Amino acid sequence: METALLVNALNTVVLAAAGEGEFHGPSFDDFFPPAILFEGTPFEINRLMLVRFLAVAALLLLFWLGTRRMRLVPGRGQNLVELSIGFVRDSIVYNNLGEKDGKRFLPLIVTIFFSIIALNITGIIPFLNIAGSSVIGFPLVLAVVAYIAFVYAGIKKSPAGFVRNSLVPSGVPWPVLLVVTPMEFISTFLVRPVTLALRLLMNMVGGHMLLVLCFSATHFFLFSAGGWFGLFSIGTFAFGFAFTLFEIMVAALQAYVFALLTTIYIQLALVEEH
Amino acid sequence: MLAGKSSAFLAAAEGETTVNPLLPADYDIIWSLVIFVIIIFFFWKYALPKLQAMLDERSAAIEGNIEKANEAKAEADAALEEYRKQLADARGEAAKIREQARIDGTKILSELKEQAAAEAARITANAQATIEAERQAALVSLRAEVGSLAIDLASGVIGESLSDDRKSAALVDRFLADLEAGEKQTTATAGATSGRAKARK
Repeated sequence: METALLVNALNTVVLAAAGEGEFHGPSFDDFFPPAILFEGTPFEINRLMLVRFLAVAALLLLFWLGTRRMRLVPGRGQNLVELSIGFVRDSIVYNNLGEKDGKRFLPLIVTIFFSIIALNITGIIPFLNIAGSSVIGFPLVLAVVAYIAFVYAGIKKSPAGFVRNSLVPSGVPWPVLLVVTPMEFISTFLVRPVTLALRLLMNMVGGHMLLVLCFSATHFFLFSAGGWFGLFSIGTFAFGFAFTLFEIMVAALQAYVFALLTTIYIQLALVEEH
Repeated sequence: MLAGKSSAFLAAAEGETTVNPLLPADYDIIWSLVIFVIIIFFFWKYALPKLQAMLDERSAAIEGNIEKANEAKAEADAALEEYRKQLADARGEAAKIREQARIDGTKILSELKEQAAAEAARITANAQATIEAERQAALVSLRAEVGSLAIDLASGVIGESLSDDRKSAALVDRFLADLEAGEKQTTATAGATSGRAKARK
């Protein structure tokens, strides 16, 4: 939510700045570029969709190259693939779900992790400059998938146990349950997917806004403002540079957080009665 | 679906912009789904099984190597054991041979000693027999010679020829018997005899 507020704040700042003329700040229109293909149909393709396709193609190519010729003694590419998948498998999935349950959900978590990282990182790649995950559709799809996954995990394990575990905390006296159970319902079945989707979306949107703000300000100070204002461009550029590095971290961090939370939701759905 | 509804709700709370970033467009959802499905199929059906197969193979290879190393070690141990046994056997054999040699040596030595002792005894006995025989011969010849000498002497002294053999033989015998008796007496009591002889003179 904080990120959302930040975005709003930025928006107003930018709108105010835009009034002065040549300065072109970030706007939400960046996320909704004009259609390129199939305009008006549900299969409309715009620039952002193309960026997504490109990210997915790069991801698949990378992992295809890395896993094409698997060797017992790994080469450089295979090592990278092994390390990255091994990280997701060991420190996210197996650590929380154990090996038996972990194996079932590994493809899902790996997919969530790597697709998010691929679509996030396009935000700082020159000429793409927008995160594939900065439009609600993708975070929403993943959140729904995560939601389905943990509900499925719980119900398959034991429907009654899952409902009881998620809605009726043990050791709570029944009058309190009248309050607690609706709260638990909201937190488990409504807040979880919404926060999953919005956390990712807002981080990416906010990141894009910040970068565009920094770099467009640099541009403005350097070429349009003239005189001593040009010096400001050094500061804004430094900020842009720092935020670019920051965005790399955020891209990985958001993927990690999303994958980890999904795993933990599944784990909570799988726990024995407590 | 719940997520969709709630995001719509949140979108309403967000305030009105011309394009609401929280309202998913249909194409957005569709392409996101397509992307998701492609990626999950790729990882599920291709990348992860491949990785898993390789990891299994690798652990199998590592296990195989460990097995092989164990085998080699066991073999080496067996060879060492065998070698040690052979060495011990060889040592035992050597000790036995040495012992046998020692025993043989002592036996040979004692045999030789025995032989030498026997030889020495035989030589001694021979020498003694020879000496005895020579003594006898000397005695006999001496007796004959002494007899004739004595007779010659006596006949010279008494002027009487003792040519009569019978008589002379008897005389010699008696003389010799006397001589022998005297001799015996002399050996028994040498001092006394000599003293008596001196006194008789």
